[in-house]
Amino acid sequence: MDFNFTLEQEKFRQEIRDFIAKEIPPEFEAGVGGHVESDEDWKFARSITKKLSAKGWLNIAWPKEYGGQDEHMLSVIINEEMNYRGAPGLDFGGIGMLAPALMAHGNEEQKKEHLGRIARGEVVWCQGWSEPGAGSDLPAMTTRAVEDGDSYVINGQKVWTSLAHHADWCFLLAKTDPNVEPKHRGITFFLVDFKTPGITVNPLITMANEHCFSEVFYDNVRVPKKNIVGKVNGGWKVAMTAAGFERSGIYRIARALGNVDKLIAFAKKPLPGGHIIGKDPYVRQKLSNLYIEGKIARILAYRVAWSQTKGEQPEWEASIARVHGSEFQQHVGEIGAEIMGLYGTLFKESKWGNEDYSIARESLLGIGATIAAGTSEVQRNAIAMRGFGMPKSY
Amino acid sequence: MDLGFTQEQEMLRTSARAFLTAECPPETVKLLNADEKGYKPEMWKKMAELGWQGLAIPDMYGGMGMTFLDMAVLFEEMGKAAFPGPFLPSVVLGGFTLLEGGSEEQKKTYLPKIASGDAIFTLAITEPSVSYDPADITVKATAEGNDFVINGTKLFVNDANVADYIIVATRTKAGTSADGITLFLVDAKTGGVQITPLKTIDGNKQCEVIFNKVHVPKANMIGGLNKGWAIVDKVLEKATVAKCAEMLGGAQAALDMSVAYAKERVQFGKPIGSFQAIQHHCANMLIDVESSRFLTYQAAWKVSEGMDASMDVSMAKAWVSDAYRRVTRLGHQIHGGIGFCLDHNMPLYFKHCKAAESLFGGPEWHREQVAQSLGL
Repeated sequence: MDFNFTLEQEKFRQEIRDFIAKEIPPEFEAGVGGHVESDEDWKFARSITKKLSAKGWLNIAWPKEYGGQDEHMLSVIINEEMNYRGAPGLDFGGIGMLAPALMAHGNEEQKKEHLGRIARGEVVWCQGWSEPGAGSDLPAMTTRAVEDGDSYVINGQKVWTSLAHHADWCFLLAKTDPNVEPKHRGITFFLVDFKTPGITVNPLITMANEHCFSEVFYDNVRVPKKNIVGKVNGGWKVAMTAAGFERSGIYRIARALGNVDKLIAFAKKPLPGGHIIGKDPYVRQKLSNLYIEGKIARILAYRVAWSQTKGEQPEWEASIARVHGSEFQQHVGEIGAEIMGLYGTLFKESKWGNEDYSIARESLLGIGATIAAGTSEVQRNAIAMRGFGMPKSY
Repeated sequence: MDLGFTQEQEMLRTSARAFLTAECPPETVKLLNADEKGYKPEMWKKMAELGWQGLAIPDMYGGMGMTFLDMAVLFEEMGKAAFPGPFLPSVVLGGFTLLEGGSEEQKKTYLPKIASGDAIFTLAITEPSVSYDPADITVKATAEGNDFVINGTKLFVNDANVADYIIVATRTKAGTSADGITLFLVDAKTGGVQITPLKTIDGNKQCEVIFNKVHVPKANMIGGLNKGWAIVDKVLEKATVAKCAEMLGGAQAALDMSVAYAKERVQFGKPIGSFQAIQHHCANMLIDVESSRFLTYQAAWKVSEGMDASMDVSMAKAWVSDAYRRVTRLGHQIHGGIGFCLDHNMPLYFKHCKAAESLFGGPEWHREQVAQSLGL
């Protein structure tokens, strides 16, 4: 048993920290998963992506035969450090989801066309999966793909599509057989060029005032058959590969860990008037517990990563990491708001706002943590089924 | 990073589980909890033959020379069985105090006896003020010729009623400084030692020990004069981690029992484990068990490696105490009325949790230690 990282891994961690110190301005703070708002910040984020790629860090977890270094753990370390610091530039969709799916299920032509460009950070991918009527129950999707000559014609609507407003391509799930049971057997995995006519992107602004994702309308969008990954009606398996490559969830937790450290620093500073909230017994109890929750979230995430490096496929282990981690994320915002009082309601840029970070923003973002990428209820169902062999309760 | 156990640790776990299942099933646990001694001498002897009491005692002192981390695995299995008795006090509170601070003579004399199971030890620190702060130690030891004379009351001394030897933390220098605490090894049969077992929630043998003009030879001082607290500090760290490992095992047992019950108890034509509310209770229990597992073993590993572990130990005890409490409550919720009956096994773990929550510092106290470590 050894809870430490190797010397090489620690050296690598320091390399990432040095990179961040050099490339990211001290006051820059991206949102969850490296999210940025303005066009200027987007350009900056893309420049970081290119720099990460040049260092071979973007696709470091990929197998060597595809240009990676087979270094899953180092990839998790990069994710932790970049997100702890709120640095943009990593690519979860293309690098972490679509590429592994192509490696496992794509044909040689698809791999040749897409993997290189993803590795070089040249293309932005978005994920077209959820719909207004198909969130937790994804197989209930109704976006339809109908065969027409050498193409499929796609009609329907996707929602919560992150990065749709910047995307070059989309990996889309659509119904090719709406009648089969169980429903997931009628889904096909498509690669959709976002320049194809018929695609409309409408921004969705979150309650945290961020344009994180969009609804996307597909109106008679023609996708050539050669852009199907895997078999027709065999898309679910491809999607599961995409979702299963990186399951630690470290990027969400790392950001929350960064905020805990900022909260602790805040609690030590005298407020105007001289009161130091960190001397309050209630605050000390809450912050200590939050700190412990964070340490747990981190080790549960690394446990998943460690398991994956051994070639295992953690299921309930990933779900428990997710439930605990997302609730920890939420607690950061809740407890932060509680102890910061009225100051906690101000945004960073406000006069009298906290110049280091905004807990107001974290309180708002936290609400999404237990909903996105599998709600806590769905995760708990999965724990019961996969962890205990209990039957489906829905 | 390697979060797995060695083959030896897995073998220890398997054999410990087999032994405890055979020798100390729930019925025996209940009998022992009600029994005056709280342990069975024949079982105690068998454990010694397996090398358990001496597991982490170096082989030059009659032990197995294994690590503290190996011990943690054993403690987890003991917790799983809700195993009662003076094992932790004797082996950790007694054994590690001698290892940490005893003279070569003392180690040679007593460690083999601990390893063989022939002597049971315990450690008396807390007093009616129930504090693990050296400032609150008032039991005095005064030099008198070749002896020291000890006066005062210790409260919540684990298994003093069956101990052959009680190591007591006394104040030898006036004031409230940690630099003024001295440890003495007291033969429990010494005149003036009055031991009264307390009636506890689960039957674990906490005792009042009154020292009424108890004479102890100078040679029985452990560590130097006024230098006892540093030893106590280190030993308490180990005892706290050992307790966390026990609590982890207990929580796992409560979870296993609840999942099994949920799959067999039928209501409305289905096992209740088909209902989402029950499933979510089980999921929450698993999250609490797994989080406890990693905090406990991280602390155990650090202690075992001789690393600075005080923050990790406090994090573990604070969290595991709360987690075990949540798990046993949900365990009862899943079992419904049947679990509320005395003869059911679920109460063993609920009560074990209650007894363990505040031992070696409760969650609030440990969170305050974490706050201090964070510089708050």
